[in-house]
Amino acid sequence: MAASCDSLLPLVLLLCLSAQAVDRSNFKTCDQSAFCKRQRELKPGQSPYRALLDTLELSNSRLSLQLINDNNKVRLLLELYRLQGNMTRVKINELKPLKPRYEVPDVLLSDPITEALSVVAQDENSLVVSLGGKDQRLILSAQPFRLDIVEGSQVVMSLNSRGLLAFEHLRTRKDTKSESEQAPGQENVEQQTDEDGQIKEDDDKPGMWEETFKSHTDSKPNGPTSISLDFSLPGVEHVYGIPEHADTLKLKNTDGSDPYRLYNLDVFQYELHNPMALYGAVPVLISHSTDRTMGIFWLNAAETWVDISSNTAGKTMFGKILDFVQVSSEAPQTDVRWMSESGIIDVFIMLGPKPADVFTQYASLTGTQSFPPLSALAYHQCRWNYNDQEDVKTVDQGFDEHDIPYDFIWLDIEHADGKRYFTWDPSKFPQPKEMLQGLMDKRRKLVAIVDPHIKVDSGYKIHNEIRSKNFYVKNKDGGDYEGWCWPGNAGYPDFTNPEMRTWWASQFAYDQYEGSMENQYIWNDMNEPSVFNGPEVTMHKDALHGVWEHRDVHNLYGLYVQKATADGLIQRSEGVQRPFVLTRAFFAGSQRYGAVWTGDNAAEWGHLKISIPMCLSLGLVGISFCGADVGGFFKHPSAELLVRWYQAGAYQPFFRAHAHIDTPRREPWLFGPENTALIREAIRQRYALLPYWYQLFYNAHRTGQPVMRPLWVEYPDDFATFSIEDEYLIGKDLLVHPVTDEGATGVTAYLPGKGEVWYDVHTFQKHDGDQSLYIPVTMSSIPVFQRGGSIICRKDRVRRSSSCMENDPYTLYVALGSQGSAEGELYIDDFHTFSFEEAKQFVHRRLSFSANTLSSRNLAPDSQFSTASWIEKIVIFGGSQPSSATLKSADGTESALEFEFDSTLAVLTLRKPGVNAAADWTIVLR
Amino acid sequence: MTCLHLLLTLVFAVSLGTPVEIQRPRGVPLTKKQFYEESKPFTCLDGSRTIPFDRVNDDYCDCKDGSDEPGTAACPNGSFHCTNAGYRPMFIPSSRINDGICDCCDTTDEYNSGAKCENTCKELGRKEREVLQKMAEITKEGFLLKQQLIEEAKKGQQEKQSKVTDMQENKKQLDEKVEALRTVKETAEQPEKEAKERHLKAWEEQKAAIRLEKDKAKMAETFLELDDNEDGFVSVSELQSHAELDPDADGTLTEIEAQGLMGGAEQVDTSTFESVWPKIKDKYHSEAEEPAPVETPPDEVKEPVVDNDSEPYPEDDISEEEDEDDEDEDDYHEDDDKVMCLCVVQAQPTIKTPEKTHEDEEAMPPYDADTQALIDAAQKARDDFEEAEKALREMDDQIRNIEKELSFDFGPDAEFTYLYSQCYELTTSEYIYRLCPFNRVSQKPKYGGSETNLGTWGSWSGPENNKYLLMKYEQGTGCWQGPNRSTTVKLTCGKETVVTSTSEPSRCEYLMEFTTPAVCQEPANIDPSPHDHVEL
Repeated sequence: MAASCDSLLPLVLLLCLSAQAVDRSNFKTCDQSAFCKRQRELKPGQSPYRALLDTLELSNSRLSLQLINDNNKVRLLLELYRLQGNMTRVKINELKPLKPRYEVPDVLLSDPITEALSVVAQDENSLVVSLGGKDQRLILSAQPFRLDIVEGSQVVMSLNSRGLLAFEHLRTRKDTKSESEQAPGQENVEQQTDEDGQIKEDDDKPGMWEETFKSHTDSKPNGPTSISLDFSLPGVEHVYGIPEHADTLKLKNTDGSDPYRLYNLDVFQYELHNPMALYGAVPVLISHSTDRTMGIFWLNAAETWVDISSNTAGKTMFGKILDFVQVSSEAPQTDVRWMSESGIIDVFIMLGPKPADVFTQYASLTGTQSFPPLSALAYHQCRWNYNDQEDVKTVDQGFDEHDIPYDFIWLDIEHADGKRYFTWDPSKFPQPKEMLQGLMDKRRKLVAIVDPHIKVDSGYKIHNEIRSKNFYVKNKDGGDYEGWCWPGNAGYPDFTNPEMRTWWASQFAYDQYEGSMENQYIWNDMNEPSVFNGPEVTMHKDALHGVWEHRDVHNLYGLYVQKATADGLIQRSEGVQRPFVLTRAFFAGSQRYGAVWTGDNAAEWGHLKISIPMCLSLGLVGISFCGADVGGFFKHPSAELLVRWYQAGAYQPFFRAHAHIDTPRREPWLFGPENTALIREAIRQRYALLPYWYQLFYNAHRTGQPVMRPLWVEYPDDFATFSIEDEYLIGKDLLVHPVTDEGATGVTAYLPGKGEVWYDVHTFQKHDGDQSLYIPVTMSSIPVFQRGGSIICRKDRVRRSSSCMENDPYTLYVALGSQGSAEGELYIDDFHTFSFEEAKQFVHRRLSFSANTLSSRNLAPDSQFSTASWIEKIVIFGGSQPSSATLKSADGTESALEFEFDSTLAVLTLRKPGVNAAADWTIVLR
Repeated sequence: MTCLHLLLTLVFAVSLGTPVEIQRPRGVPLTKKQFYEESKPFTCLDGSRTIPFDRVNDDYCDCKDGSDEPGTAACPNGSFHCTNAGYRPMFIPSSRINDGICDCCDTTDEYNSGAKCENTCKELGRKEREVLQKMAEITKEGFLLKQQLIEEAKKGQQEKQSKVTDMQENKKQLDEKVEALRTVKETAEQPEKEAKERHLKAWEEQKAAIRLEKDKAKMAETFLELDDNEDGFVSVSELQSHAELDPDADGTLTEIEAQGLMGGAEQVDTSTFESVWPKIKDKYHSEAEEPAPVETPPDEVKEPVVDNDSEPYPEDDISEEEDEDDEDEDDYHEDDDKVMCLCVVQAQPTIKTPEKTHEDEEAMPPYDADTQALIDAAQKARDDFEEAEKALREMDDQIRNIEKELSFDFGPDAEFTYLYSQCYELTTSEYIYRLCPFNRVSQKPKYGGSETNLGTWGSWSGPENNKYLLMKYEQGTGCWQGPNRSTTVKLTCGKETVVTSTSEPSRCEYLMEFTTPAVCQEPANIDPSPHDHVEL
């Protein structure tokens, strides 16, 4: 969906006719964002903050003490917690703020479980706190204040070591001060005095009490409230995360540019390779070195900027080699500085030490990826817009005529009656249930869009109810906030209000949402929120959500929209069915509610290329269910680009083709029979691998491990993998190298792992790990490799939709490692309900091959599920020809299996074991 | 399921009401029955390998071509045959076997999925027969209509052809007439021209005499004005009081300069002033008038002055002179961008205009009777000529139009001719669509608003074997960030000529469905009932 005033207002439209890319002037630079400018003017140096060690309070799990800023005498309260799972939480707030400062709710799963802290040493300027086992300690230095986390004799992370802790305390406005001092009951005035005397207010700087950007003025009734803190990471050269940016996987040094910005914005035709904010924000940064992987989770929902500075960043490759040879005097280090406009400092330091540990730690705080219904992992066909019921029917038939599978067809904003969501255009979609039933008969599904801007129209039930319940966000003067969006003048429900969310969820009930059925799911777009005529195309920061300003909650809005919608889908089925909701805006924790996509990209090779690091970055911070619009949203792709995008998209978690309303139609069969065949094949590869995707999502849901992984996650000691972003792993067993260059006749793939082997899944050819390999490519496919040592289950009988394949048999692809063994998992359940969780109705099996024996063993003996699926075929790569293959069933019966052996490729195929997929069995090769 | 072992089935089919039993493996068409013999090993139809017959339809794919599993979904490239007795037999991809969706109307594709399928073949067959029958009727009637259309078109074409021939004959005559009248006109215009010139010359001479008189009077008047001391001489000092006469334009008229003007004399009397007068008359300002505010010569003022700093002229000045300068202003508008209009207004006025006006007011005297008679005669010749020329042009247009019409591709038998210069409309909930075949397609909002061009006639664009099934209209109004609008018109056989639907499948690419008898094919002389028993 397109998304900006530029495409709506004809006047603006005329002005941008020639604009090919983002109009940067619509969005703030750090210099134009007053607090960022103020904060960035502060240079590293000695911190004015001093810890008052005599205020130390230590309970079993909480350490607190006061900090004082010697320049202005304002006191802060520092709290330290040791959290279960090797994490440390650092909270800093004003000791006695004039009024409460915002603390982000609803993102943490619950209050994190704390562990005991103890002070192991103390002198007049420092405090040493034990962080539990593993020789980890936290050293607190009083003057200047800083924190160092050390393990043994090694510092792993320092806080405020560059003195950039800055906390703008709440203050009364100077020009109104005399007035307020005369007011009765102003006991607060003296709250922050002490033996050192009165608080000395900083001089007012521009933008502290009012800020104007373009034609919008932010009234800032609370004045300056920003916060900042620096983190130093000795030994670290690679940091990742803090999505969403259309940029490289490895974060860049921001010394000479703007910091990375986190502020959910609807950016029209975004540009690649810059730190501008996009639709979503996850304030989590991951650091990695061969020694250790760590994470910093900065829990703040206000506008945030992140500066990254690395002492090796400027060096050329030659310089780095030289350092390596000469043992550089200067150890590598990366410094990270976070700046937010309001709220408090609440930071979770995840100490790893392995990548998997960081993912587990972060998942324990904000939860794991929701487990989608299987069909959501299949192929989605979208377009702005499928015009009417007839169009939907024709496209549906088109897939059958061309024998291409798909599970979901999508309806964009034109389906609703005048962009009144929850309704249907009476002339284009007069019989939505008939349409949905037609899809259901084909075991397919539909997604309709429901955006959070509500048309202000007294004839619209949804609007009337929200208004009468007083659920709208308020403007600074207390009236309902209104802005322009697709329907024209619109109100924005206050999704931060739990009552509002409950009401919103209730609107998805079948008797409320007329025309909806159980095979209809929902898409939340424009939930940054997008306000065409608002500052930076979003909501005014002085708008009000109850007592809080929009400034405080901005980045959280989109998460709440998706949460309320997902809750609605769960409730409409009385808690039985798993929901599927796609969102454009997101925040830390959004993984719990569904899928995200990378917004309004374009039909350009660069956009195809960037989809990989964009989704990898999201996966690192918990959001596994990510995809980019296949084909590119804006503009018209060439047939080659479209085919390459299908091939890449088939190997990304969320696989949906989408197109702008002004582009020519591009259903898979519109580019000639050859391209139709290529696209069909790409989609079929996706369907065949659905069991593997499903098992990985189950794993992500259980453990928080990402589905789509950068190579370094699985090869953390291999420096060569640290910057790779043109290939990646799905789980740990498939390595994918999409083709993202026009006219490419080959790619250079890096196969990691010393002593490991990889098998090309298309040719079955075997390659050694730990090498870069030139792979010639044709248009027929992109390079995909299965790791030697893995077993992947596929359903090779590809049908019209994933539901049709429910009971189909599995083929096991056993890729032997250099030791001649392999392992894998198989997960099966009903594919769409919560029974797997609530009634333990699933099959989870361990498949292992070693010493010429392949067996299936139950990983979840207390679970129960019966499946009709069976084992159809077993393909073993890298083995030798046996003389016999014997199947031993659970009941002890033995039978001989037929097999074929291809000696040139060393591929052994076992014919039709025929055992049920949920059963115990063993196959012995002799 | 694990137990899909032997899938040989008994197929019951209905042929002419008599049940016939033919045994063959599930999913095999009768035409291929011979390759599936239970008593023999099975050889894949591509010949790639031979397998025991019990592996046919055993739910495991042994043949690369999928031929061993015609009745299961085991092979990715297999196909399943359903007999669909009562309707049409068909092949479906084997991936649709037991997928829970009823594809074959005889339900044979869903024998083990639990899908509740009903045999709908009879119903479908009946419906299809009805449709086919109806279609046949329409085709029959439509084809008859088409014959009429062809007849009419042929007749019309012949008529037009002969009309063109006739008109071309007439045109020749007209050509001659025009030429004759041209000669008459030119003959009459020559004496007219000479008489007019004589008249004009006489008037010019008269005007020159008057101007000389005026100049003399002015000179005398000036002499008197200059002769301040009224001594009958104009002295150097008297002349010096008129700084505007300064020849080097340095602002002062020196004694030497004044003397120079006076031909070196100290003073001049009235007669010698005659030689001084020509040197000063252009610059001289009468003492009775106010001194001119600007020195700029009038010709320069008419240049487009793009000087925004200069004082705008007083409004009443402009209004006074607007009429006379109308022509100048129009020229400006043609030559310059509209943004220049401000400057144009400033540039309009001239200083000398009022004086000119006086001269122009002396109108030319009327022609004498002889001249007038010559003029009238010439005018009549001109009118006659122009009338004839106009008639010729109209004739040309008519011929061109008919020729254009004749040049269109109206189909192999000119059956589409009747659509020419017709328009057909369809009103939807929002728009009125209008198709004018061989001309253009347009769309107009139902409740007011301007018409949008959805394309002008481009070409026939149907498939190679029958290009007359699609019309393409191109180069309509442009779309924002998109192509120009275009429309494809799909023609189907119908008794009536009518637009049946419109849609916009892709942004700015319209599709219109249009029925016309002109595309009705000759009905095949066969039984329209379905081939429900072809293979039995």
